[in-house]
Amino acid sequence: MNANLLPTGSAYFLTQQTQTPERHTLTVLVDNEPGVLARVVGLFSARGFNIDSLTVSETEHDKHRSRITVVTVATPKILEQIKLQLERLVPVHKVHDLTAEGNAIERELALVKVAGVGENRVEALRLADAFRAQVIDASTESFVFEVTGKSSKVEQFIALMAPIGLVEVVRTGLAAITRGAEGM
Amino acid sequence: MAEQMTGAEMVVQALIDQGVEHIFGYPGGAVLPIYDAIFQQDKLEHILVRHEQGATHMAEGYARSTGKCGVVLVTSGPGATNAVTGLTDALLDSIPLVCITGQVPTPLIGSDAFQECDTVGITRNCTKHNYLVKSIEDLPRILHEAFHIATSGRPGPVVIDIPKDVQFAMGRYFKPQAQMSHPTYKPQREGDIEAIRLAVELMLKAERPVFYTGGGIVNSGPEASRNLRELAELTGFPVTSTLMGLGAYPASGNQWLGMLGMHGTYEANMAMHDCDLMICLGARFDDRITGRIDAFSPGSRKIHVDIDPSSINKNILVDVPIVGDVNLVMEEMIRIWRAKTNQPRIEAIAPWWKQIEKWRSVNSLGFTNSDTIIKPQHAIQRLYEATRGRDVYITTEVGQHQMWAAQHFHFDQPNRWMTSGGLGTMGYGLPAAIGVQVAHRDALVIDIAGEASVQMTMQEMSTALQYNLPIKVFILNNEYMGMVRQWQELLHGGRYSHSYSDALPDFVKLAEAYGGHGIRCSDPSELDNAIDEMINVNKPVIFDCLVSKEENCLPMIPSGKPHNEMILPDTADIGSIIDEKGKVLV
Repeated sequence: MNANLLPTGSAYFLTQQTQTPERHTLTVLVDNEPGVLARVVGLFSARGFNIDSLTVSETEHDKHRSRITVVTVATPKILEQIKLQLERLVPVHKVHDLTAEGNAIERELALVKVAGVGENRVEALRLADAFRAQVIDASTESFVFEVTGKSSKVEQFIALMAPIGLVEVVRTGLAAITRGAEGM
Repeated sequence: MAEQMTGAEMVVQALIDQGVEHIFGYPGGAVLPIYDAIFQQDKLEHILVRHEQGATHMAEGYARSTGKCGVVLVTSGPGATNAVTGLTDALLDSIPLVCITGQVPTPLIGSDAFQECDTVGITRNCTKHNYLVKSIEDLPRILHEAFHIATSGRPGPVVIDIPKDVQFAMGRYFKPQAQMSHPTYKPQREGDIEAIRLAVELMLKAERPVFYTGGGIVNSGPEASRNLRELAELTGFPVTSTLMGLGAYPASGNQWLGMLGMHGTYEANMAMHDCDLMICLGARFDDRITGRIDAFSPGSRKIHVDIDPSSINKNILVDVPIVGDVNLVMEEMIRIWRAKTNQPRIEAIAPWWKQIEKWRSVNSLGFTNSDTIIKPQHAIQRLYEATRGRDVYITTEVGQHQMWAAQHFHFDQPNRWMTSGGLGTMGYGLPAAIGVQVAHRDALVIDIAGEASVQMTMQEMSTALQYNLPIKVFILNNEYMGMVRQWQELLHGGRYSHSYSDALPDFVKLAEAYGGHGIRCSDPSELDNAIDEMINVNKPVIFDCLVSKEENCLPMIPSGKPHNEMILPDTADIGSIIDEKGKVLV
């Protein structure tokens, strides 16, 4: 229970101190039934919540369960609403705020297409090596790199590729999981 | 016991097994197999409506007045889209509905087939849950699950979209289990005992307490109303209620403050503003209740009991949240209070009651009566007096008449008051009255209406006639969309842009054209006799009560103002009260 027992006055004014938006990663375990993604996304748009990144895939095939990882930016009051509203959806099993619970691992994968010749090709390969990006496609004037890591690392890699000859990028969005032996 | 039958037969059998006796619907191509199954049985009575919106409001009135689930059956495409308003209304007012919609055959889905629409897509955000049944194997489970979801936890509407080929398909039907359980949907009914104990401790220390009760008490069943009465008596605390909760605590009770909120009484709103302990039971701090939220009850601690966890801390931060069925929580509160004392806090809260008496003496529901023209408030008071002691149910449309009905008609029992609170749906009252009358054939069912609202669903008069449902439509006819006009007076310099009712039908002739009975009254001295005539005619009646045209519905908390800045009845110039900031609010 989260009783905000104050010596005097109203609980209402508590909100004043906690209205800075924060970036949180939520993981939502759902039944993989038709329309479940639309329910989750529709809830965000209907209530004016924000989605920064969304990743969804079936994770337990025999139980027909999917995990949805949502990155959102909201004030703590709205974050609580997002969690409670998600839990209200019938096919939702659990919602975890990984940022609030702390200590989660977050990873993202990006495919980065870079075109160029001569010194630029060498430089691109050198940087890819520093970022442990793999070359998964190559032609005489282009590479496609696969880079994995935290979003900040992916963004940094993309930024470095820009002057070398960045053509296009595709990103998976964030996947996140807690550390240690415990499951969700 | 599994039985082989068609999908259409399963629908009918599942409804019967769920205890459904009446359904409201309209046939069409995509539900013909179900209508054929209905034709071949006599346990379910089907009420044929004139428009699918009417079916949903009838089911709402039926549900609200009986505590049972309302059931709607409509066809695909326009049948489903016409039902959307009623589904949304039921979602906002937490009314249990199951709405079965026909759908084009599965191979045609997505082909823009005749009368196809994406029903589950359209209704996803206006239902508690919805299903598209793609296989006959899923149908019996979904039918039973839909009733479980609609009626448990915070009730709401559930849509089951059934393609026509699934209605024809043969499959195995099974009966509902005695105890439904669902892998993910598990509403919490028992409140946290430590939180309840803390709540009672605060109640035992309170000096200026108030019970703020809502529709959740009505939804929780008749026992919840009994427990509220017991809790009120045990504590001695004053009780106010939202629009949706009227009747849960008797209006004739000594501790009753009247309704609170935008058009609530002065004493109820002042008590909310100045209390030191607010005990919110089954209400959700809606904006019609709170007014300006940064000035909402600034000095109080707040206890909030709600079955829906997402209602807690949504609009107003509370000190003691208790998630659970309000009836079970009140039972625990009573038990714990009893264990500590058997005395109400009469002496400790005597100064508080003295203050409340002072507010009461303002007589905020007062109005200047007239002997030449019928005042709308007077008409409702006379209607109330004439129907006292009868088995009476009231529905309303939306607007001034609705607020006057809430202020001047008094309810001593729950489930007697059916109104569109959250969505504010004009056209709700007439079909809702039909739904109520279907469930209570011998009761007196009155739709207190406005001449503008009632025209939105007027065609359902034909339904009332077809099934001999003697509903009374009591129209307070001021030839304005009164609440719109009042807001234009408040906010827009009295420029009454499109808020007048022009080219009105002759309601007496209209009633007669439908085969009902029409009455018109414009003389206060004839009002009582006319009301008696309405009550005694045993068929549907439209009563055209011509009332004073520019009466304002007061008292009122104007938008952007807190509870202690109400407009009281004798305020002269209401056009200068709301500031620029308030004008953008609704």
